[in-house]
Amino acid sequence: MEKVENSERDAMAFDVVIVGAGPAGLSAACRLMQLAQAAGQELSVCVVEKGSEVGAHILSGAVIESRALDELFPDWRERGAPLKVAVSRDELYLLRNEQKAVRIPQALIPATMHNSGNHVVSLGNLCRWLAEQAESLGVEVFPGFSAHQLLLNADGSVGGIITGDMGVGADGRALDSFTPGLILRAGYTLFAEGCRGHLGRQLYRRFGLDADSDAQHYGLGLKELWDIKPERHQPGLVIHGSGWPLGDGASGGFFLYHTENHQVVVGLIVDLNYRNPYLSPYDEFQRLKHHPLLAQYLEGGKRVVYGARAIAKGGFNALPKMHFPGGLLLGCNAGTLNFAKIKGTHTAMKSGLLAAETVFAAMAAGDEGGRDLADYARRFRDSWLHEELRAARNFGPALHRFGPFAGGAFNFIDQNLFKGRLPLTLHDNHPDHASLRPTRECTPINYPKPDGRLSFDKLSSVFLSGTNHAENQPCHLQLHDPSLPLGSNLLLYAEPAQRYCPAGVYEIVEENGEPRFRVNAQNCVHCKTCDIKDPAQNITWVTPEGGGGPNYPNM
Amino acid sequence: MKIVVAVKRVIDYNVKVRVKADNSNVDLNNVKMSINPFCEIAVEEALRLREAGVASEIVVVSIGPKQAQDVIRTALAMGADRGIWIDSADAEMNALDIACLLGRVVEAEQPGLVLLGKQAIDSDNNQTAQMLAALCDFPQATFASAVTVEGDQVVVTREIDGGLQTLALDLPAVISTDLRLNEPRYVKLPEIMKAKKKPLTTTTPEQLGVHLENTLSLLRVEPPAERSPGIRVESVDQLIENLKHQAKVL
Ligand SMILES: Cc1cc2nc3c(=O)[nH]c(=O)nc-3n(C[C@H](O)[C@H](O)[C@H](O)COP(=O)(O)OP(=O)(O)OC[C@H]3O[C@@H](n4cnc5c(N)ncnc54)[C@H](O)[C@@H]3O)c2cc1C
Ligand code: SF4
Repeated sequence: MEKVENSERDAMAFDVVIVGAGPAGLSAACRLMQLAQAAGQELSVCVVEKGSEVGAHILSGAVIESRALDELFPDWRERGAPLKVAVSRDELYLLRNEQKAVRIPQALIPATMHNSGNHVVSLGNLCRWLAEQAESLGVEVFPGFSAHQLLLNADGSVGGIITGDMGVGADGRALDSFTPGLILRAGYTLFAEGCRGHLGRQLYRRFGLDADSDAQHYGLGLKELWDIKPERHQPGLVIHGSGWPLGDGASGGFFLYHTENHQVVVGLIVDLNYRNPYLSPYDEFQRLKHHPLLAQYLEGGKRVVYGARAIAKGGFNALPKMHFPGGLLLGCNAGTLNFAKIKGTHTAMKSGLLAAETVFAAMAAGDEGGRDLADYARRFRDSWLHEELRAARNFGPALHRFGPFAGGAFNFIDQNLFKGRLPLTLHDNHPDHASLRPTRECTPINYPKPDGRLSFDKLSSVFLSGTNHAENQPCHLQLHDPSLPLGSNLLLYAEPAQRYCPAGVYEIVEENGEPRFRVNAQNCVHCKTCDIKDPAQNITWVTPEGGGGPNYPNM
Repeated sequence: MKIVVAVKRVIDYNVKVRVKADNSNVDLNNVKMSINPFCEIAVEEALRLREAGVASEIVVVSIGPKQAQDVIRTALAMGADRGIWIDSADAEMNALDIACLLGRVVEAEQPGLVLLGKQAIDSDNNQTAQMLAALCDFPQATFASAVTVEGDQVVVTREIDGGLQTLALDLPAVISTDLRLNEPRYVKLPEIMKAKKKPLTTTTPEQLGVHLENTLSLLRVEPPAERSPGIRVESVDQLIENLKHQAKVL
């Protein structure tokens, strides 16, 4: 297809365009409107969201802190925010093997990991509620539209975004239904795409945003929602742990939260700095559920939803510069998650509030956009968000450097005795994609076959994510060098994409006796792991046609 | 000519439908809902008739609780002109109730054509269009795969067992749409904003003078039996062996 020239596209203009209807983007949208209304000013704000509806692409735990929500809507209870289940009990375990679990006494748990006063929520539902609040404040929320490209002004500043074209065939040609993407022009554009945002990546490169920060680190979070037997359900019970089944230099942690309506969520976050290319995060998660500690709740229940999403956990040291001409980075797109708490919702929301306050202050003073709002960095430095993330800066690096035991001890001392004020900073600059060892140095892992009761195969799991992409469209997983999967990746690492992708998108199949690399892009759950972990950094995830991807309900 | 299109809000076609633990009904808690795909096709056809200069106004009607307005807004964003929401609150209704309500709308609006999906993908009844035609005493064509208006007639190609049938109906008429009639367009972003400002009137069964008396009671809903997982056989002999002794089909 001929490239569509920007001059041929329809355009709409807003004061502020926000990319991503997650907690960060929606908090910013609400705050902008609140400020405008308080000042009696007109402000036009829109939010684009690639999911088919708000919440369709949101996957989180989640036990959340309400601190930022308290600031945004002090009356969230009266407004009916879906924070219905308060944490009632909090347990932390170390799994020694497939049978044994050791409970960590409360007194030895790093203070950051205490959860009293927090709520067990569906972040997807919280976002749906936030979107309703935003709309009633006058924000235009557009689900089903992806921000596909940056719109740049003549001076190089960001002037908005271009939504994805619709109705393009797999061969790149326009179909009968072709509908060109639209230009959304903005004074300021707020990028709140979450972990490993695809425009975020372009902004990092274009403006050198991470030039002075440590390498970002990631984890892949896999999660399922279960209906369990009513007699096994304990609303508000929150269980965390680490250890088995991960080993051999691989780390991570699991969670099991009891929510409402006899449902529990169970999940495993696998750190993506693992070394053994034979490791399969999906299969680790499946076997984890057989541990008696978890199986005691799941037995006799029914799995309802499956999904996966990467998290950015590099924390304070990996934070990039979050402002650039014409725009700001928000939430996990910048990496504001607090890994010491394994929480990124309240921090993402707070970054959204700060971004809104920055932009509104500038616009109220007559700024029409396109400037580099360094004021965002100042507001960030003066906020509790900065204090919180700085205090947690050593948590991840300590675990990476000293392992779960010594690292855990360090974190206990650092977080409980010194409240994160130890006068030292640990760095961890080895990127996750560079951590794989060649297969010849590693042992294959034999995963047990799924039993169809507690554990399941990948395809039946993907089915439970409600994932759907328009069939006839260009592949949204772009290979820079199409020869690499069957070249170095297969020879050195037995093509790890087959195993790290939680949706079975990448396969090596035999055709006429020859291996062939197959990409089942229609199964992609938008977790972004391939973009992160491919050892050759050869895969770029771009937005597929808007509305495509998972259809998560209350995840 | 005015076209009335009926649209229904149903469980999204991507969602795996679940049955409530007590088998009393389908579980709608935390389930994504969308416009019924066949209704979307009906809206698209109406738009094409307007673009062809045949229709001048498109009115969409939906019956249901508050959220039924969402699917009306979807149809308005596709291009329909105005909407009517019949607020039925949480009332359980059968196809005859729906047809009666739509019949009152048809009476008031006097359209030249009424378009409906052939069935809603939730209950698969395939009754409303037929009942509505009978109540209004209009000719009807179901399972339409092509629609052309010629003078005061509409020519409809129907999908029937083993082939196609072409009918000519006098207007006004009722048509129910099948899958191959058209491919609905993408909704454009500026149209979504415009749709928010298009007129949407609210009415109720009482105001329309329809007394809902659901004459059906739902006894029990059962999910389909789970299929046992397949196995991979090593050889043709083993396959025959299994077909004989396990599946007992040989
Ligand atoms: C398994 C798991 C468990 C977690 N547990 C917890 C927990 O217990 N407590 C906690 O506080 N946090 C938890 N987190 C972290 C938390 O979910 C994130 O920190 C938080 O969601 C970040 O919010 P965000 O708004 O920055 O991004 P996201 O929530 O990722 O939202 C981004 C949104 O932007 C959309 N989007 C992205 N790119 C585009 C584009 N180009 N165009 C249009 N739309 C786009 C996405 O579809 C998405 O809706 C967990 C995360 C995971 C994966
Ligand atoms: S293709 Fe990439 S982004 Fe999609 S599910 Fe697989 S690993 Fe995740």
